[in-house]
Formats: sequence, C-alpha cells, structure tokens
Amino acid sequence: MNWEVVIGLETHAQLQTKSKIFSGSSIAFGAEPNVQASAVDIALPGVLPVLNHEAVVCAIKFGLAVGAQIAPRSIFARKNYFYPDLPKGYQISQFEIPVVSGGGLAITVGSGDAATEKFVHLTRAHLEEDAGKSLHEDFHGRTGIDLNRAGTPLLEIVTEPDMRSSAEAVAYAKALHALVQWIGICDGNMQEGSFRCDANVSVRRPGGPLGTRREIKNLNSFRFMQQAIDFEVQWQINEITEGRAIRQATVLFDPDSGETRSMRSKEDAHDYRYFPDPDLLPLEITPDWIAQVKSELPELPQAMQARFQAAYGLSAYDAATLTASRDMAKYFEAATQACKQPKLVANWVINEVRRFMYEGARDEQEEPLPSEVRDGIPGRDVIRIPAEKLAELITRITDATISNAGAKKAFIELWTGPEQKVDEVIERMGLKQITDTGAIEALVDDVLAANQKSVEEYRAGKEKAFNALVGQAMKATKGKANPQQVTDLLKKKLGA
Amino acid sequence: MSDLVNSSLRELSAALAAKKVSAVELATLFLDRIEKLNPALNAFIALDRDKTLTQARGTDAALAAGAGSTLTGIPLAHKDIFCTNGWRTSCGSKMLANFVSPYDAHVVEKLAAAGMVTLGKLNMDEFAMGSSNETSFFGPVKNPWDVSRVPGGSSGGSAAAIAARLTPAATGTDTGGSIRQPAALCGLTGLKPTYGVVSRYGMIAFASSLDQAGPMAKSAEDCALLLNAMAGFDPRDSTSLERSTEDYARDLEKPLAGLRIGLPKEFFSDGMDADVRAAVEVALAEYRTLGATTVEVQLPNSGLSVPAYYVIAPAEASSNLSRFDGVRYGYRAPEYADLTEMYSRSRAQGFGAEVKRRILIGTYVLSHGYYDAYYLQAQKIRRLIAADFAEAFKNCDVIMGPTSPSVAFGFGAKSADPVQMYLSDIYTISTNLAGLPGMSLPCGFGNNNMPVGLQIIGNWFGEAKMLNVAHQYQKATDWHMKFPEQMR
Repeated sequence: MNWEVVIGLETHAQLQTKSKIFSGSSIAFGAEPNVQASAVDIALPGVLPVLNHEAVVCAIKFGLAVGAQIAPRSIFARKNYFYPDLPKGYQISQFEIPVVSGGGLAITVGSGDAATEKFVHLTRAHLEEDAGKSLHEDFHGRTGIDLNRAGTPLLEIVTEPDMRSSAEAVAYAKALHALVQWIGICDGNMQEGSFRCDANVSVRRPGGPLGTRREIKNLNSFRFMQQAIDFEVQWQINEITEGRAIRQATVLFDPDSGETRSMRSKEDAHDYRYFPDPDLLPLEITPDWIAQVKSELPELPQAMQARFQAAYGLSAYDAATLTASRDMAKYFEAATQACKQPKLVANWVINEVRRFMYEGARDEQEEPLPSEVRDGIPGRDVIRIPAEKLAELITRITDATISNAGAKKAFIELWTGPEQKVDEVIERMGLKQITDTGAIEALVDDVLAANQKSVEEYRAGKEKAFNALVGQAMKATKGKANPQQVTDLLKKKLGA
Repeated sequence: MSDLVNSSLRELSAALAAKKVSAVELATLFLDRIEKLNPALNAFIALDRDKTLTQARGTDAALAAGAGSTLTGIPLAHKDIFCTNGWRTSCGSKMLANFVSPYDAHVVEKLAAAGMVTLGKLNMDEFAMGSSNETSFFGPVKNPWDVSRVPGGSSGGSAAAIAARLTPAATGTDTGGSIRQPAALCGLTGLKPTYGVVSRYGMIAFASSLDQAGPMAKSAEDCALLLNAMAGFDPRDSTSLERSTEDYARDLEKPLAGLRIGLPKEFFSDGMDADVRAAVEVALAEYRTLGATTVEVQLPNSGLSVPAYYVIAPAEASSNLSRFDGVRYGYRAPEYADLTEMYSRSRAQGFGAEVKRRILIGTYVLSHGYYDAYYLQAQKIRRLIAADFAEAFKNCDVIMGPTSPSVAFGFGAKSADPVQMYLSDIYTISTNLAGLPGMSLPCGFGNNNMPVGLQIIGNWFGEAKMLNVAHQYQKATDWHMKFPEQMR
C-alpha cells in the first residue's frame, strides 16, 4: 500500500547578538554556570524586560532573505508554564502576530541527475527567549539549574507541512542552516544547540486528509533528523497497518537505539495561557528600518549563484556548491579576481579546499584525506590558504611552472605547514617542471633506446605501450617534465 | 522640634537649610515616634536604625557641603513593594519574608539620589491585593484615627504611617486605587500619576498594565515635590514614557478662576454613603467659591470597570506571580517528594488566600476557551472606558467625585465577602484602566469622625493641573493639616 509522508519543521536558531534578548547579559557559550545571568535573567522580583533591537534586526534580515512579510506591528506574548529552568514561570515569545510571516526556501533534494528542486513555504518566524538548562548529572539526586542560556534570543522558524520525505526535510534544514549563517544571524553550531529542529511527522494516503502528527523534539544533527524521521514514519505506518490509531504526541529521538519514544501525549499537553506581555510595547518596524537593514544585507546565495553562472560560466552545480557558505563564496571570488581563472579556481575550491576544510567535521561524503594529512590539520572549517595564494598556485599551473600533480603536493604543504610563499614551496619541494625542450628531447631519446620492446609493441598497434613509454619518461624526469610536452615529443618521434 | 512632625516638606527643607535641625535629628525624631507608636499600628514592617542614621549622616554631609536639593535630609518610608538594596523586601507576603533585595527600585534610587532618608519599609496588602490591609502576612495595619478600623489598602502602611506622623512622606503604588483609597481613609493626600510617568523597575509587579507608583504625603505641595523626584524616563522599563522633565509644582499657585470641574453622574449615584456625599458636596461648594464651575459629564461604561478590572488584573497577576516558585529565592516548602509537589506546596504555603483567589481567577480567564470571553472582552471595555474619559475631558479640566464610597470600615467588615471588598475601589479603578492620573485629598470627616477623601482625576499628563487644583483647595482649608489627637 502507498503512503505519503507529511513533514513540517520548526527550527530554533539562536541569534548572534552580543547580549540577551531582554537583558544586557552576554550570550557567550561555555561560561561557568549562572555567571551570565543578571537580575533580569534570574527573574528577581520587580525586574522588567527590555527588547534588544539587535535581535529584531536579525528577524528583519531573515524575513528579507526568505521573501516574507515583516509585520509593521507584532506582539510579544507570555507563554506560561512552570519549569525550574524557566525563571519567570513564563517564556516571552510571539503568538498571535509574529514578526515574520510567509516566504520560503528553494531547496535541492538529491544530487546529480536525480536532483530535484522544491520550494518549502514558511508559515512564520517569531522572536522568543530561550530557557536555562537543567543539569541532572553531578548533583546526586538533585537538579542543578544553569541560567546562562536563559534569555538568549531565538528565532523560531516554522514551515508549512510541505516536505514529503526525510531527504526533503534534511535538504530544507541544510538550506536553512546555510542561510542563517549566510546572513550572519546564527552561528549554526548544532553541537552547542545554536540550531535545533523539531519535526512534525504524519503519514496519510496520497490525496487523503492529513494524518495525526507526532512531534520529534530537539534534533541536533542532520543525520539524526534523517534517522528519526525514517524510524517515525515506519512506526506510524506499522501502527496504522495494525489497526491502531496515531495519537498526537511529543516524542524524543534516542540516537543510541535509533528509535523515537513518546514524551507526553496531547492529553497532558500544557495550556500555555498565552496573552500579550504587558511589560513590552508592541514591536513596531517601520519601512525605513526595513530599508536600512536591506541595505546592509549581503548578496543572497541564489542571486550569487545566478551571477556566478553568468559572469564566470560555472555550472549550476558548481555555483551552488561554491555558495554553500558566504566565506567560501567570498574566497572563490577573491581567488578568481587574483588569477582570472574562474573554472580552475572553482575546481580547486570544490575539490581540494572543501575536502580539507570539512574533513571529519560534517557528514559530507567526499573522498577522505589520507590520515597523515588529516592528522596534520590544525583546525577544521577554516580555510588555511589565503585566496591570493591559491590564485598564485593556479597561476603556476597555467604558466606551466608546475604540473597539476605538483600543485597538489604544494597545496598540502601550504595547508598543513607554516605560513610560506608559494614560489618558495615550489622551489624547495623541487616541483618545477622541466620546460627546456632540448633536455626533454634527450631524455625521450634515452627512454626510447632503453624500451625497444614497448616501441615495437606500439608500432604493432598496442596503444597501452605508448602510455608505458610516457610513464617511463615521467619517471626519468622525477615527474618534473610537463606531461603534455613529453607526450607530444614521443608522438613526434614515434610517428616520424 | 515636635512641631516638625506636622511640617510640610518645604518647611522641613527650610529648617534643614537653616541648620535648625540636622538630617540625623530629623530621622531620630521620626524613628523615636515609630518606636513608640508603631506597635499599635503595625505600619512599619522593617526598620534598621543604623542604616537609616548612616544615610542621614551622609545627607548632613551633603547639606554641609552645599550639595543638597529641596528634599535632601528629609525622611520618608517605602511601601514594601519597592525593592530596596540591603532591606528585606517582602511585598507583605510569607513568600518573600526572607527576601533581602540586592538592588534598588528606580523610585528608591531616585529618591535616595534626591537626598531622602529611608526610615523603613511599610506594611501592605499581600502583593498589593486588597483594599483594607487585612491580607498582609505581617498582620493588618490599624487606622490611626480609630485602631478598630482599616487604613485602606493596599498602601495601608504608607497611609497609616503618614496619618500618625511617623513619616513626613511615603511611596505607594496604585493598581486599582491602592494610593488614593488609603489616602482617603486615613485623611491624607496621595497621587497616582499617568501610567508610564514613574518607572516600574524594581516595583514588584501585581498587574503590569495598571501598576503605577506615586507619592503619599500630607499635602498636594508635598506630593508635587516628591513626584518631581520620582518621575522620569527609565530605559529599564519599556512602558516608561520618554518625555521631557517637568516641574510638577510649577502651577501650584495658579488661581482657579474659570476651572471647569466635571462631575460624572455615575459617581454621584446611589453607591456612596450619605456622610461621604455630604463632605464631597461641601468641598465642591468650596471650589465654586474659589472660582470654579461644575459641569455634569458622563462615563457610561464606568459601571463595567470593576468587572473588567477583576479580569485584567488577576490575569496579569497570575502570570507575574509565577516567578515565586521556590526555586531561586523566597519561600520553599520544607518537605516535598517531587518537583510538582515542591511547586504546589511552596505556593500553597507561601501565598495567602486573597493572592490564591486572584491567581485562580487569572488562570481561569486566560485558559484556552475562556480567553476571548473574558480577557479580550475586558480589554475592549478598557478601551471604551478610556474613550469615555477622553470625551468627558472635552468639557472639563478635571473630574471630581468621592475617592471611596464609605469612610474606613471595621476589621472583618468586608473580608468575608470579596465582592463587597472589591467595590471599595469602584470610583478609583476606572482611572487605572484608562491610564489616567488621579489624586485623593482630605475634604472633611464623616461618620465616627473618620476622614473623607475627595478624588480628582486629571487628563493624561495632567498632574500639574491636578496638583494646582488640590493645592488651591488646601490653601483655603486645613483638613490636610489634621491628624489624630492620640498620635500627638
């Protein structure tokens, strides 16, 4: 029987502001418990919230980036519930009128020939504060409360139930993850919880009414998201097939077992008693403010992809890959500016730079680096060769100073070694090609003389023998000869 | 020296400037009176002579250095709703009976900066919920005019302390009449400013959209000087209004000729006791003598103010009081088996009956399925009430009427029937809902020789006008100078 999967995502993106959304405390991660909790954050009697306008700027940026409406007047509301790490007994959020509504993200699902495009519509995005953390370990039967995170600004981004598979959900989450970093509103650090997703999952007969959904909470990696949704979908199908109705519930994903399990059902869901927060004025955003933010917004990835294709003749795939992050796009453009070789730069960035950057850091499926190289890389996610140096290296290929293979050797040295000049590395590593035609000719003559058997085989029509001769010639030059030059000379001598 | 207990703030200021008295002597004078008279009144619930005298010495030094201002060296006391650094700040509740504030409320900070000396903290209805001061965890405050009667509430400690001349002035807060009603019942002058004029930072929230701090003192002139020190924009309160500084005493001496006084017919209907009506009528006659004319105005929706208020105020309170959960500070039940029990026991034991009643009402009206019928409806009424006032002020400069329908009642007279108690604020609540400024000033005595209060309601930001209107009356009468014989 045929089932259709319906998925909507809610994402909490922690905003990269200097201070909290309603107090002046720092939001830096990793401080000693409760040292970044002010009177407002711990909700002493009598304290009041004051909105941090930086957080609003982030919301406006996001709204502009996804083509959404930005409300001229939105309302902060109190979401009331008791929990020890929620100091006020309510969370300040937005309920009836969010700051951002509508808009959406174009995503690419799959890759290569199987890739499909899809547009995921957003319902809304609203500003809210994060809660603190309850620490259940280390306190022997007690619970510790760390309020450093309390009041950290969040943008909760909610999609329509537009996704039809875990692959689509992951593609959307990755696109969103890239976008919030691109526009500089979130650092995207999933381990530290800066970007976390909840997935609402249901199944139905194609064309039928929506099924009852269950919400999988706190998915903090793309891999877990995929696993959790796949498990959940199969579980729901099994339940229905075996005649049991799905009941609305909140579930957690256990990465160890790979299963989802129910946390609470709808029956014991909270009545949050939302009402407008009387301590805060309505948030008013003028067209001037939006225009100001718009003028500061970087070129967005889709616009940049189109420009890369038009201006540099790149393929859609290359353009999309290079605009996966703003840093990489900037890097590509800087290197291209310096050496005027957009396609070569694109190849080098996509194949080498990315491989070195992401090794082990993400669940990308690139060819792994040799372990001795990998172990020598001091930091991940950092481009360790300045764009100008990559451009120089590429220039040395195009001016035939070094071969492609030589350039790769130099690249590894430049990436893993101390800061050094490109030409010095080429010199010191002896990577320079022999370009003196006389010297190469002499060498080729020696090779032909020493490999008469191969010569005869070639003349008898065996193409492979020719490759063996090229190999011998390159070996004799210790790889320093220009392979094209060697090939040309060999052909000339054998064909003559 | 003893005549200083009934002196105005300007007189005290002059005495300090002329070195007839020092700030330490003045503080000592009132501390001694508190020591003697407070046990019978229960107005003060926190005293710290050393702390007070240290502060007084500091202001004496400022005065000696010529760095003083009008209020420097004059003592006052704070309603225990204001967070006061180093002082226990209980809000009249067992929940905060162990809470010593680590910071000063904006109002406390401003008055200290003006050089005023804190005598102590004043009793109040628990979390400002009450009209008789019977809900305080620290026991009821007695009315100095008759200790078998209530002083009004919730700023009953402030009112009783001033009426007994235990302090020249005090801070109060007014959510539905909590400054004006006790001022009326104790025979003094109190002012609730326009919402947003005084910062709420550090004032423990009851109903955020209605709460407003204000001065309580003997006279309108004193209130004007105090308001000058209390008012002003505070970036820590988003509802604080960014307006240019004004001198609230600037118009005190303006004559009243041509003043148009609006008398809402709804305030002069059957609800008011005859003795209160008589005193208010005499006061209005005095105003006509001073050159004012009276005009009838209508506030057709004012009858809905009490029900609207008892939806909005408890709704906000139910959420505001959620922070008192026993987790970080305040009362925590000694025994509990799990988290839910820690919450329920701490709150059941830490809050009194009236507070629980309002949390229940507030939780109910905000609940899913009831919100539209109660909370949204009440907000609509609130807008209608404000529109009524805006309409009325087209035909008058100030509105007058009784502050309270009756003089101070006996302990227990209304505490069994919450609705009767809530009706004590029937004339004051609508100004809070509309965000308007209001005052009460003494205008005579009613049954059993208990004080009667005249209420003045000003237009938005009409504090200076209201104070002018009150001050001119107080120049022509001496009700505000009277204080109970037994407190001499």
